[in-house]
Amino acid sequence: MDEILEILESDARLSAEEIAKMVRKPVAKVKSLIKQYEKDGVILKYKTIINKELLHEDKNGVRALIEVKVTPQKDVGFDYLAERIYRFPEVASCYLLSGSYDLLLIIEGKDIHTVSSFVAEKLAPMENVRGTVTHFLLKKYKEDHQILKRKERTKRPAISF
Amino acid sequence: MRISKRVEKVAPSGIRVFFDLVLGMKDVISLGVGEPDFITPWGIREKAIYSLEQGYTSYTSNKGMIELRQEISSFLKKRFGLEYDPEEEILITVGSSEAFDLAARTLTNSGDKILVPEPSYVSYFPLFYLAGGSPHYLKTTIDNGFKLTPQQIDQACDKNTKVLVINYPANPTGASYTRKELLEFAKIAKKRDLIVVSDEVYDELTYDFNHTPFATLPGMKQKTVYLNGFSKSYAMTGFRVGYACGPKNIINHMNKIHQYTMLCASIIAQMAAIEALKNGSKSVLQMKKEYQRRREYIVGELNRIGLRVHKPEGAFYVFPSIRNTGYNSMDFALNLIKKRKVAVVPGTAFGPSGEGYIRMAYASSLDNLKEAILRISEFLKR
Repeated sequence: MDEILEILESDARLSAEEIAKMVRKPVAKVKSLIKQYEKDGVILKYKTIINKELLHEDKNGVRALIEVKVTPQKDVGFDYLAERIYRFPEVASCYLLSGSYDLLLIIEGKDIHTVSSFVAEKLAPMENVRGTVTHFLLKKYKEDHQILKRKERTKRPAISF
Repeated sequence: MRISKRVEKVAPSGIRVFFDLVLGMKDVISLGVGEPDFITPWGIREKAIYSLEQGYTSYTSNKGMIELRQEISSFLKKRFGLEYDPEEEILITVGSSEAFDLAARTLTNSGDKILVPEPSYVSYFPLFYLAGGSPHYLKTTIDNGFKLTPQQIDQACDKNTKVLVINYPANPTGASYTRKELLEFAKIAKKRDLIVVSDEVYDELTYDFNHTPFATLPGMKQKTVYLNGFSKSYAMTGFRVGYACGPKNIINHMNKIHQYTMLCASIIAQMAAIEALKNGSKSVLQMKKEYQRRREYIVGELNRIGLRVHKPEGAFYVFPSIRNTGYNSMDFALNLIKKRKVAVVPGTAFGPSGEGYIRMAYASSLDNLKEAILRISEFLKR
């Protein structure tokens, strides 16, 4: 992966000027590369990871992992059905897997009821969906390499040789 | 009370006052730290915890666990084509600092002249002095990128000269040497029959060319005491584990002092070090990449705010000149910490020719570096 992308992936707030200093490229060059990545869809979005556990809000909603067994279709395989499913805004993530089931969905809803009714009314009745198993998520410890804890303070002394 | 004359003569660290000041302050941005800002990779920490759980709480062989010496031996062979016999030519020490002390005491007879680069790591000069030697500084400056020259080494040699100390990549300057440059040193070592104590703890943090261990140069393995450790490469400073490799005779004598003083390195640290060698290389590369970006950033920024700097080839230090600011090193550091709360180390901590420089460690987050540069530039404007 291009170094510029690596840098942005770990901190999206860095400006083109700052990145240019780190990779020793002209600012204009870095800017145009980033523009191109955005245009090509390599960079899709810049976002902030929020540890909602620390907000102590009741309205964080619920998340569920849903295993879905489907019957693949002629010519389009899993892709067509996957798209019909992932276009629902309730679906936060959608993966095709090897193993005992086919699709893994992460569903977000305001409460258990919302999630269950999505599964019961939208997902399960779909043609070619052969079965679903729903796991409600109880606690998040780590997501996308990010440990969901307050950052630890350094234990180094301020001066050493 | 009569204190040993040699100990009495060792200059107490002239910057102790400065240290105490910094340690007593809050909300300081510190670029004064001589260790990585990464925490030891989890796999290595987990191995240490597991070892404790399994009851590894005993002494080990004086030379260190044979498993660790074997790992080091095969690592050096694979990495550099450098072959050391794990039974006879490798000694595990409490950090490479201990290894340096053992080398100094093993090699030095009263009056032996020892060549030490300057500015250099704080312990080289005093340890050879305490061992009874006459250390002699070889001065380097920003104008030649803080590098020794072969002529300089040759000219400093007389009939009493026995040891040449080299350290690359270097603390505090970040300077390092290419194979070609080292070959010139090897010629002098041969001509003058010098033993070379080569401290290569920062070897994994070499950015612009491949690191060449001095002992890999033709004819040099028999004349070199090779020192390395886990602190810098694997962010394991607090584990205190390092090693010395060298000719069997030297290692065996070093081991005598080691067994009477340290006995052995901590078994937990040794277990962790085995894990580091087996599975740590990915973490090393990640950390190196990060340091390299910060190096580019800080060198560019120091130039921009008007401090002359030599771009370091390795380690995680820059050693900019502060001559044009009107301050000496100590006053610069004192005023910077008092007025802008940024900690750096006065260059004079690393020998008298460190005057006119400060050491800044870029083993600190980019956010910290940005803020530090901002504060230093305000400090310079006054």
